[in-house]
Amino acid sequence: MLHYIGKRLLHLIPVLLGMTFIVFLIIRAIPGDPAQVILGQQATAEAVAALRDKLGLNNPWYIQYFDYLKGILTGDLGESLRTRQGIVTEVWPYLAATFELAIFAMIIAVIVGMNAGIVSAWFQNSWFDYIAMVIALIGVSIPIFWLGLMEQWIFSVKLGWLPTSGREEVRDPVSAITHLYLIDTLMQGRFDQFVVTLKHLILPGIALATIPTAIIARMTRASMLEVMRSDFVRTARAKGQKMFVVIYKHALKNALIPVLTIVGLQTGMLLGGAILTETIFSWPGIGRYIYEAIGYRDYPVIQSGILIVAFLFIMINLIVDILYTVIDSRIKYN
Amino acid sequence: MSRKKILEVKDLETSFFTDDGRIAAVDHISFSVEEGEILAIVGESGCGKSVTSLSIMGLVPSPPGKITAGEILLDGQNLATLSEKEMRQIRGKDVAMIFQEPMTSLNPLFTIGNQMMEAIQIHNKTWTKKQAKERAIEMMKLVGLPRAEELFKEYPHQLSGGMRQRVMIAMALVCDPKVLIADEPTTALDVTIQAQILKLMKDLNIRLQTAVLLITHDLGVVAETCERVIVMYAGQIVEQAPVQEIFKNPQHPYTKGLIQSVPDMRYKKDALYSIPGNVPKPGSIQKGCRFAPRCEYAFPRCSEENPELYSKTKAHTARCFLLDSENEVVLHAEMGGQVNGERIAES
Repeated sequence: MLHYIGKRLLHLIPVLLGMTFIVFLIIRAIPGDPAQVILGQQATAEAVAALRDKLGLNNPWYIQYFDYLKGILTGDLGESLRTRQGIVTEVWPYLAATFELAIFAMIIAVIVGMNAGIVSAWFQNSWFDYIAMVIALIGVSIPIFWLGLMEQWIFSVKLGWLPTSGREEVRDPVSAITHLYLIDTLMQGRFDQFVVTLKHLILPGIALATIPTAIIARMTRASMLEVMRSDFVRTARAKGQKMFVVIYKHALKNALIPVLTIVGLQTGMLLGGAILTETIFSWPGIGRYIYEAIGYRDYPVIQSGILIVAFLFIMINLIVDILYTVIDSRIKYN
Repeated sequence: MSRKKILEVKDLETSFFTDDGRIAAVDHISFSVEEGEILAIVGESGCGKSVTSLSIMGLVPSPPGKITAGEILLDGQNLATLSEKEMRQIRGKDVAMIFQEPMTSLNPLFTIGNQMMEAIQIHNKTWTKKQAKERAIEMMKLVGLPRAEELFKEYPHQLSGGMRQRVMIAMALVCDPKVLIADEPTTALDVTIQAQILKLMKDLNIRLQTAVLLITHDLGVVAETCERVIVMYAGQIVEQAPVQEIFKNPQHPYTKGLIQSVPDMRYKKDALYSIPGNVPKPGSIQKGCRFAPRCEYAFPRCSEENPELYSKTKAHTARCFLLDSENEVVLHAEMGGQVNGERIAES
């Protein structure tokens, strides 16, 4: 197993290398000059040229690329052209915000989606099944920005139950330790702030969870329907086992592999930053961090941001592959 | 030497409600299994054997299936009217079942031990884990599984087909059921393993006195293991007799056909006999005897009326007008006396 994990981590190197190269070229194809953007439209040509020189933008692209690679190999993701801050230190608060939101959304998606799928399969062709699957179909096709706006309009503006946007109360900001606010507030014993943080998570969490919930529900249902026809399900029933246990123990574990695959892919996508949701709810996450960097032509931030997201995506898939072996002892990697 | 009837099926009808209307897969059948007996139900695929066994277990897929008439009396208690919750107390404890495919009948993701213990703990809630484990291992040894302690921790895919079927049998017998239903237990196994499993079932039947209802399409299996045989065709019982009687003196043309189509090593034949035609599809059943379209002895009355079960002897009945005394004279004239199994004797 360790051998396999080692091999997979080695495979990471060419993938990430290829990715940095492609991203490096593509962002330089975007029209616009970072120096010009930083100095503004009124800046003199001399000032712009001087800044370009200082930022190393006048070097040939391959020198710039190798300088960047050298940095990555020593653990330095470069510094932002705009803020002149090291990206390694600058990115964490954004990443933590995305982690918190994505994990919150995935917890909703897994609990609601899987249970909806299981119950739909259990009572196939019942009214529950029909309604759940219609909702799931709506869920996959609904535009998220619209759903987000509707949520804000109903639950914040009309009902006033939940905050419209942001991660925290502006007048009473959370003092960050890990930047995962749910954990930070608990560590400081600030339960009032914990509740406020949770309230801030609900609307963007639901918006972000909608598509994964719907996909997981449909996948779970399909997979469960197939497994429930299996002979071992009948064996379990013939033993006198309760239907609930037959479904949630015997059938579910067998139906889990395709569902787990989907959960892994969806989690990876959410961690990649849900730009729409983060923008609508002013969520200071990695998606918005990269999006804003594009506006400023902040090349190092874009490159390193995408590198981090790609790395996370690959790691999650590796974890999913390892989880397969935990569920099914027949799966072995050599 | 009349033994107590442990399982009595009376006038059982199990129907499936489909878009094409109601189809009776099991059509008013009655039989009983006595204590410690092995009774076989024989027939081609689609004749209602498996639905009969699933009806007894209360496991007919519903919808669309449902027991629409009759009684299933287990030790006097009518299973057909029990709720799902009540039926759960019976399944695995009083009636247990083993299935055709040992390769897929065990859950691939749980250890043998986990699945054995589950069968015990469902019906013995007060038992400790240790007691349950001891009982499981004792049972695994009883069915002839070597190194039971190690197998306890293994997964089904690490076992051969024969071993898995032994596990299934151990699991079914672990709560000492009154009746064991074995639905084609050897069909998926190769011949040497088949013989071992049959011998095991017969041994256990003698040792534990568990009554066995053996569902099969293999007359070889029947000859080796059973005391009495029921032959089913298109949802009905067509013949019922002690095992020697069936082989020596089959009465129903369908039974004769089945016996003739068993390969016999002693005689070299050009081609193996096969009954012409197919089992009628459920729902397409016409009036008259259901076997009449395929029967070489059929005469006009056969396609007009459905015969009842006529008695040859007290223990031997068959659903055929050939056994109706009113017909005897007519028939002898029509068919040149080739009635009571003479064709069989020729071959």
